[in-house]
Amino acid sequence: MNLSSGPASVSKKPSFMDLAVSCHQLKKSYGDVIAVDGLSLDVRRGECFGLLGPNGAGKTTTIEILEGLLAPDAGDVEVLGLRWQTDERQLRQRLGIQLQETQFTDKLTVEETLRLFRSFYDRGRSIDDLLALVELESKRSSWVVKLSGGQKQRLSIAVALVGDPDLLFLDEPSTGLDPQSRRQLWGVLQRFRAGGGTILLTTHYMDEAEVLCDRVAVVDHGKIIALDTPKALIAELGVPRTVVHEGTLEDVFMSLTGRHLRDE
Amino acid sequence: MTSDSSEAVAKRLPRGGAHPALVELTLARLREFVREPEALFWSFLFPIIMSVAMALAFPSRGTQPVRVGVPAGAASDALRAALGADTGIVVRDVMPGEELRLLREGDVNVIVTPGVPPTYRFDPGREESRTARLMVDNALKRASGRSDPWTAREDAVAIAGSRYVDWLIPGILCLGIMSNGMWSIGFMTVQARMRKLLKRLVASPMRKREFLLAQVLARMLFLGPEVAVPLVFGVLAFGMPINGSVLNIAIVALIGALSFGFLGLLLGSRVRTIEAISGLMNLTSVPMWVLSGVFFSSSNFPAAVQPAIRALPLTALVDAMRAVVLEGASLGAIRAELLILISWGVASFAIALRIFKWR
Repeated sequence: MNLSSGPASVSKKPSFMDLAVSCHQLKKSYGDVIAVDGLSLDVRRGECFGLLGPNGAGKTTTIEILEGLLAPDAGDVEVLGLRWQTDERQLRQRLGIQLQETQFTDKLTVEETLRLFRSFYDRGRSIDDLLALVELESKRSSWVVKLSGGQKQRLSIAVALVGDPDLLFLDEPSTGLDPQSRRQLWGVLQRFRAGGGTILLTTHYMDEAEVLCDRVAVVDHGKIIALDTPKALIAELGVPRTVVHEGTLEDVFMSLTGRHLRDE
Repeated sequence: MTSDSSEAVAKRLPRGGAHPALVELTLARLREFVREPEALFWSFLFPIIMSVAMALAFPSRGTQPVRVGVPAGAASDALRAALGADTGIVVRDVMPGEELRLLREGDVNVIVTPGVPPTYRFDPGREESRTARLMVDNALKRASGRSDPWTAREDAVAIAGSRYVDWLIPGILCLGIMSNGMWSIGFMTVQARMRKLLKRLVASPMRKREFLLAQVLARMLFLGPEVAVPLVFGVLAFGMPINGSVLNIAIVALIGALSFGFLGLLLGSRVRTIEAISGLMNLTSVPMWVLSGVFFSSSNFPAAVQPAIRALPLTALVDAMRAVVLEGASLGAIRAELLILISWGVASFAIALRIFKWR
């Protein structure tokens, strides 16, 4: 089940309780299109795990299955040792979820939006804490519609963190953000990790995966085609390193598929 | 450092300072609503504009003179004199060729052509034309020397509450309850679905039924002014009597609003475009505008369809509201109507909860 085979996985096979997410042989198709094709992965507690791949690789479908928003056609999912079929309410209390393209209500303020979501959780962070964490204190009383793209995205992360989750799911968290907003967002995520949180994110940015992720699974056509630490993946590539060109995950993807990550 | 103080705060405020979910959801919906000026306009001003327009278009019947046309020219002089003697008749000249148009538009109710005997040209299918024909006939025969065996004494009474406007305002009020309930909730739901907000909400531990309830509850808070404004307007502007208790009016309005709110939720439960929800809303509400007796009595429709008309939620609401406002009916007297409304509400909510699409 553990697909990792690089140097990083030489460490002991993770025991059941060490896993934040474990899925086995996931399959999902929409009509004739196979979105996820027998995908298995384990995410350890406390790590940041990245699903890297081009658009249409099946990343979003996979993460939405893990989030309990989509039912797989086949396969097993366990999140924090619980199952969606039997423990949904308990699970929802412990997860933080950020989806692609959520638009919060235009004419509610940042604070009102956070309060609304805070009210769904039995425990969690205070609104002040959250605003400080995502650096939106000055926007507390602004309507959502007035926020910039980066601020909206950080609000979305704050909403995901409102219940003080053990596990954070992020679907392309920095898509469409300018470099400064991305760096700010990464800072927020690194602070969450420092508090012991686990992150599973999807991205098609190699640099994001390299900065944030302990391990990366490269996904293409609904399958994992490589899984290891970013460093090991680049090392395995065996490209002769020159002073001019350090290997990147882009090169890894190229060598595995013969295509660029962001072809589409 | 800060975590100590925030933990203390979190203990004092178990939800980190937020209200219970149902309250927060309702507040969010209310805020969204009051921050949308158009929504306020339609809720409060629309019923007033509608009442004024209708009251102007249909003043109390019976007091209006009937409009009689005669061919232009000297040949009609005798007719003009005979008809003009009756204060209930207004005479106007009709040019050749425009007779049918004037009759159709209701500019004249009957056209009289001189002769022995004269000719009455009118549409017997129109009530006001039949009345006009009787009055013309009476006036002309009397002018020709008919002697009546006696003239009845008339005991004219003006019953407050029996005028058209008195009857109309509670109907328009109910129309507002229906439209606001269905449109505001249906639109909001579809919009939140299009914005993927619904999907985000169900990814949280929010209870779905609390979300659906909150949408309807938020509506309830606006119901007070929404019902009061047209009623107060009716009392002040038209001297409309309110014979029922305010409590009973409030109860009928509340049950009606709940029922239509849930119906709106049901209509919006699967749709994912504004065009589709608009179509669905019109398909549902336009027949009720016509059938449910808001502007004219639904007893005009054939007996065979009456049971179906009775079963419509707007018919039940309009009948119940009129009974309470105009006749001071007790809740017991309108229990059948209330039961119909409650059934619609409960069934809509139950079905919506089942078939609602969150993604």
